[in-house]
Amino acid sequence: MRRNAWFELLRTGVAIAAALIIGFIVTSLVSESPAEAFGYFLKGPFTSIRRFGSFLEAAVPLTFTGLAVSLVFSAGQFNMGAEGQFFIGAVAATAAGIFLDLPPVIHTVACLAAGMVAGAIGGFIPGILKARWNASELVASLMLNYVFLKLGMYLITYHLRDPSAGALVSLPLKESSWLPQFTRTTKLHAGVFVMFLVVFACYYFLYRTSKGYEARMTGQNISFARYSGIPVLKVMLLIQVLGGAVAGLGGAVEMLGIYRRFQWQASPGYGFDGVIIAILARNNPLLVPLAAVFLAYLRVGADVMAMYADVSAEMVSIIQAVIILLVTAEAFLAGYRHRLTLKEVKQRASAS
Amino acid sequence: MHPLLRAVFSASFAASILRVTTPVLFASLGAVVADLSGVVNIALEGMMLISALMGVIASAFTGSAWVGFLAGVASGILMGLVLGYFHLKLKTNVILAGIALNLLAAEGTVFLLYAVAHDKGVSSSLPSKVMPEIQIPIIKDIPVIGAIIGKQNVLTYLALIAVVMIYLFLYKTSFGLRLRAVGENPDAADSVGISVHKVQFIALALSGALAGMGGVHLSMGYVSWFSRNMTSGRGFIALAAKALGRNHPIGAFLASLLFGFTDALSNYMQSLRVPGEFIQMIPYVVTLVVLAVYSGRQLKSGRSSNE
Repeated sequence: MRRNAWFELLRTGVAIAAALIIGFIVTSLVSESPAEAFGYFLKGPFTSIRRFGSFLEAAVPLTFTGLAVSLVFSAGQFNMGAEGQFFIGAVAATAAGIFLDLPPVIHTVACLAAGMVAGAIGGFIPGILKARWNASELVASLMLNYVFLKLGMYLITYHLRDPSAGALVSLPLKESSWLPQFTRTTKLHAGVFVMFLVVFACYYFLYRTSKGYEARMTGQNISFARYSGIPVLKVMLLIQVLGGAVAGLGGAVEMLGIYRRFQWQASPGYGFDGVIIAILARNNPLLVPLAAVFLAYLRVGADVMAMYADVSAEMVSIIQAVIILLVTAEAFLAGYRHRLTLKEVKQRASAS
Repeated sequence: MHPLLRAVFSASFAASILRVTTPVLFASLGAVVADLSGVVNIALEGMMLISALMGVIASAFTGSAWVGFLAGVASGILMGLVLGYFHLKLKTNVILAGIALNLLAAEGTVFLLYAVAHDKGVSSSLPSKVMPEIQIPIIKDIPVIGAIIGKQNVLTYLALIAVVMIYLFLYKTSFGLRLRAVGENPDAADSVGISVHKVQFIALALSGALAGMGGVHLSMGYVSWFSRNMTSGRGFIALAAKALGRNHPIGAFLASLLFGFTDALSNYMQSLRVPGEFIQMIPYVVTLVVLAVYSGRQLKSGRSSNE
């Protein structure tokens, strides 16, 4: 068991190293001074307090979508809806932040709840389509992402828009709904506490409750789960609703903590980033924040590089893709694992 | 008659259905081929996107639309082989590998566009070419039908021909039989001496080639430029069309037409006083509803294992 964990860590490390090397090769193809550009990329997040702050801030929404994807992946579901759930959760929280009139803390909680409910509905739709009609949750959730994007933009444009602002943004959220920011230099905010709460809640659910056990069993071996009497369809539905709620909550936290008025024109892409994070964290909620910090580091580094060097920030997508491909490749380094196992068996044999 | 209804029953509307169906049709044929060989190709979206950009770049640098077309198809094939390498050789989960390729395509195309055209939005600064429109001599003079299929982009005709070709390939050739055998039961196929991996590699390459043609149509036929994320989910809709069409080329064709109809309808309805967001939502909502209704019928007819 310990050897396995060590091997997984090694494989993740090698995959990341390989991805960085490929990223460097691509950088040197387009850049006049690739070493300098890549230096900005790697050191960027640590070059000022503000950047370090924005690096930690960026990890917060990524943790939420990473948790959402980890939940549904644990149950073997390929629901790709975190993208749309996060988006619609942010829209719902914006509406609640503008229209509700409540005292401070209660208003914040109401907005967070609105985001959770909106996201949960986003998980319920593909979930019920799968459970009742056996429709592929993969295709359904991908379609739903576009529906939510258009629906959200409709609500912002026609019902929540700030007519006095030049750009297409919503009215500002009432101050009573805000999650307070800690300092003036960074935007790091009290949503971090909500985040850690959800991290532990997800861990507790998956590893300490019977429903969580049923979900993981369904993910590992659906036939076994079915024959041992687990209501697999209900479990799948439950886990997709929970995943949706977590993603929607993430969108709400981002609105209340960072933006305070809705200003996205397109989906910010945290949902698919959540897939990378879930893969790196092996669907373990406790590892999700670490993986999110790592991805945020890559993202902020890429932004800094794009600012100071002649390489655009999208270079990081190449690194991300290679990481997903290599970390999930079961046969990658399998020969090494085989030798490792063989060595241990031989040692044991000679010891006895 | 209501102006919208009059528009819907016009020949030019039918012609526009064929035009917007083309990219989805190519991709859904690609989905069918991959699926019948036993591999779910969720990377169609990314394949289309990369091919759309490569077609624009190659045609801009060579001045030839056909070189652009070939470059687009070649990129699709390459993506198919990469997907095959990771899924078949390195045992990556095929859906995760597909997601990785889609992410790579979504941002990688922006990266490449910036490197080539110094723009992160559209490729309009590149002098890219457009695939020609063709008039079919006798048919174009037939009333109504001529207005619908008499004059279309060459790729639209190619897509219609591809439906027949893929059907014949899958159901009337020995390789098609082997491909379906591999998808149906890889162990059985292996036991009679069929190289499962080789067949699946070829299926993925073909799937990528078809998606590539769809991508080229988007940037060099449907419009005359590449813009970021211009596929906007068509690769995923193609997966839905494959599912609705029961993994059959003709079925996928009909399902793609349904999508084309809703997409063309939403283009027509832009002029009405309905918020644009709702109109743009139509194709996705229709796909969702049809997927649910259709899958439900499938479940009822095959209600033995799941109960």
